[in-house]
Amino acid sequence: MHIMEGYLPVGHAVGWALASAPFLAWGIKNLTRQLREQPESRLVLGASGGFAFVLSALKIPSVTGSCSHPTGVGLGAILFGPATMSVLGFVVLLFQALLLAHGGLTTLGANTFSMAIVGSFVAYGIYRGGAAMKLPGNLSIFLAATLGDLTTYVVTSLQLALAFPDPVSGFAGSAVKFLGIFAVTQIPLAISEGLLTVLVMNLLRSHAGEQIAALVPALKGATK
Amino acid sequence: MKKQNLLLLLGVIVLGLIPLFTVKPAHEGDEIFGGADGQAEGVITEIRPDYKPWFAPFWEPPSGEIESLLFGLQAAIGAGAVAFCLGYYRGRRSVAKPADAALG
Repeated sequence: MHIMEGYLPVGHAVGWALASAPFLAWGIKNLTRQLREQPESRLVLGASGGFAFVLSALKIPSVTGSCSHPTGVGLGAILFGPATMSVLGFVVLLFQALLLAHGGLTTLGANTFSMAIVGSFVAYGIYRGGAAMKLPGNLSIFLAATLGDLTTYVVTSLQLALAFPDPVSGFAGSAVKFLGIFAVTQIPLAISEGLLTVLVMNLLRSHAGEQIAALVPALKGATK
Repeated sequence: MKKQNLLLLLGVIVLGLIPLFTVKPAHEGDEIFGGADGQAEGVITEIRPDYKPWFAPFWEPPSGEIESLLFGLQAAIGAGAVAFCLGYYRGRRSVAKPADAALG
């Protein structure tokens, strides 16, 4: 989902940066309040950031014959809320833009929007929706992480289609091309991310049950 | 719980392995499993052949090896953070309740 450095026209680069900025400001505010009010949650926050670091570093082969990577933002979005997780996702993207030349500074706004913001909000919304519908907890976590991941790649495709509409078939034609690359490739990877998120949440709940319950009361009580 | 975790892990491994066996290059010798990000770059060039990236990274890993080193490092840092958190709370709990820890 990394749009490469310089590959968005200036107007789009600036536009996405402006769109992302308020979410990051909101997230930083939440994050500092979180750390002040629940300082003991910082290790779990570190683990959530760490999870996004690992998952977004793993390029995994897919059935389309190309490789892509999961995002790992679902876990932290469920535990700390989407705004806070947007900040952690942004840190991951900044690290990759500066040290790996993966993504870029001019496309950081767009990439932050798709992965850190939309990914987090979709994951959080689906988790809460699943909980409201009384779905089994782990199923809600799985769906949240999987669909958050997939939506990120859909947004990337649409961002590129918006910047590069096909001369003949326009935005829609271009969107189909980019979705064919990103979204289809991502389906098995998104499922993997869903499974891994449930796995790590299980581990956190059985070893740090109290801390997890303090963050999300619904996750209280580790199933042994 | 243990059994569910093992099944989850197995699912991830199987999902990662399937493409390695099912996907074959369209032409003999073609490289497969390239990055989706790079393919998108190809489509951009196809749609707008005149588009020139207007900004270049300040620094790029000088080779594929260095790049994979840095990706490996990123994964290691992340895994370290997750494992530190799990290990810390597990250890703290077993100190608080030594009897439980002895029972495993």
